[in-house]
Amino acid sequence: MSAADWLSLFAHYLLLSLLSIGGAITTAPDMHRYLVDEQHWLTDPQFSASVAIAQAAPGPNVLFVALMGWNVGLNAGGYLTAALGVLLALSGILLPSTTLTYFAAQWGHRNRDLRGVRAFKQGMAPIVIALLVATGWVLATGATYNLHDWPLWALTAASAVIVWRTRIHLLWLLGAGALLGWFGLV
Amino acid sequence: MTPPPEAAPDRSQPRSLADLYISFTLLALQGFGGVLAVVQRELVERKRWMTREEFVEEWAVAQIMPGPNVVNLSMMIGSRYFGLPGAMAALAGMLSAPLVVVLLLGFTYTSFAGVPQLAGALRGMGAVAAGLITATGLKLLPAMRSHPLGPVACLLLAAATFAGVALLRLPLAWVLLVLGTIACWLTWHRLGGARP
Repeated sequence: MSAADWLSLFAHYLLLSLLSIGGAITTAPDMHRYLVDEQHWLTDPQFSASVAIAQAAPGPNVLFVALMGWNVGLNAGGYLTAALGVLLALSGILLPSTTLTYFAAQWGHRNRDLRGVRAFKQGMAPIVIALLVATGWVLATGATYNLHDWPLWALTAASAVIVWRTRIHLLWLLGAGALLGWFGLV
Repeated sequence: MTPPPEAAPDRSQPRSLADLYISFTLLALQGFGGVLAVVQRELVERKRWMTREEFVEEWAVAQIMPGPNVVNLSMMIGSRYFGLPGAMAALAGMLSAPLVVVLLLGFTYTSFAGVPQLAGALRGMGAVAAGLITATGLKLLPAMRSHPLGPVACLLLAAATFAGVALLRLPLAWVLLVLGTIACWLTWHRLGGARP
C-alpha cells in the first residue's frame, strides 16, 4: 500500500465516523463495500472474523475497526504496517465523533438550565430506554426470525430477567451462556 | 468542571484521573458483547457516580451523537469531573486494555477457527449479552416516574420506538428523528407550563 492508500483509508474512516449515529457498527456495510469489494485490502472471511471477534471480546464493539486495520496492514506487509493500520483506522473512526460529542456535551452541560436543553435530554429518555430493549431484541433474534433459535431466545429472556431482578455478577451469566453454547444446548 | 451543587448525599465521584482510567479499564474488560450493561451497573449502582436519571440524560446525548455510544458516554462522564484530561483518561481506559485483548484474540483466532464448540460458546455468550442490554433498559424504566410527560405518554413513546426499531426494523436515524422530535417538543411544552 502506498502513502496515498493509507491516507485514503484514514480519510474514509474519518468520514464514516461522522455518519456513525447509533454506533460504528451501523457503518459496517459501507466498510465492507470499501475495504473488501472496492479496494481488495481485506478478504471477506477476514472482514466477518473481525466483527465476530470484537463482538465476543470484552470492551466496546468499535474495536472491530482496529482489527480491520490490523488485517489490512498485515495483508500489506508485516506487523509494522499492521500497527499502522490499527492506528489509522481506530483514530479515524474516533477523532471526529469524539471531538463533536465532547463539545456538544460541554455546551449542553453549561446550558443545562435552558428549557430547550432540558426538553431534549428529558424528552429523549423514553426513546433511548426503549432503544436499549429493542437492541437486545434485535441482537437476540438476528436478521430473520428462525424458530430453531428458540433456546437462544429463552436464554436471552432468562438473562434479562435475572439481571433486571437480581444483583448476580454479569460474568457468571456470560460463563453460563458460554457453557450452554459449548455443549450445544442453545 | 465543578460537580453539581445539588449532589445527593449518597453520591460519590472519581478521586483522580488514575481512578477514572482504572475504573473504565476494569469495566471495559468485564463488558463481553457490549459494555453498556456494565457501565450502568458499576457507575449507577455500585460507585454511585451518577443517578439513574442522570445516566438516562447522558445516554440520550451519547446515543444521538455519532460514534460508538459507550465511548461517547465514558468521555462525557470523564469530562464532567476533570474536563478534557478526564475525557482522555476515561477514553483511554475504555480502549487501551480491550484493544490489546482484541488484537491477541485476532492473532490466535486462525488456529481455533475450526472448533465448533467455540462457535457455540460465542453464540451462548451473545444471547446472554442481548439479555444484559435488555435488562439495562428495564432497570432504567423507573426513571420515567418523575418524567414531565407522565408515565402513560412515556410508555406510548417507548412502545412506538420499540415497534419501529425491533419489530419493523426501520432505520435508527428515522426513528430517532421522528419520535425524538415529537418527544422533545411535547416535553418542551410541558416544561414551559410548570417551571420549577
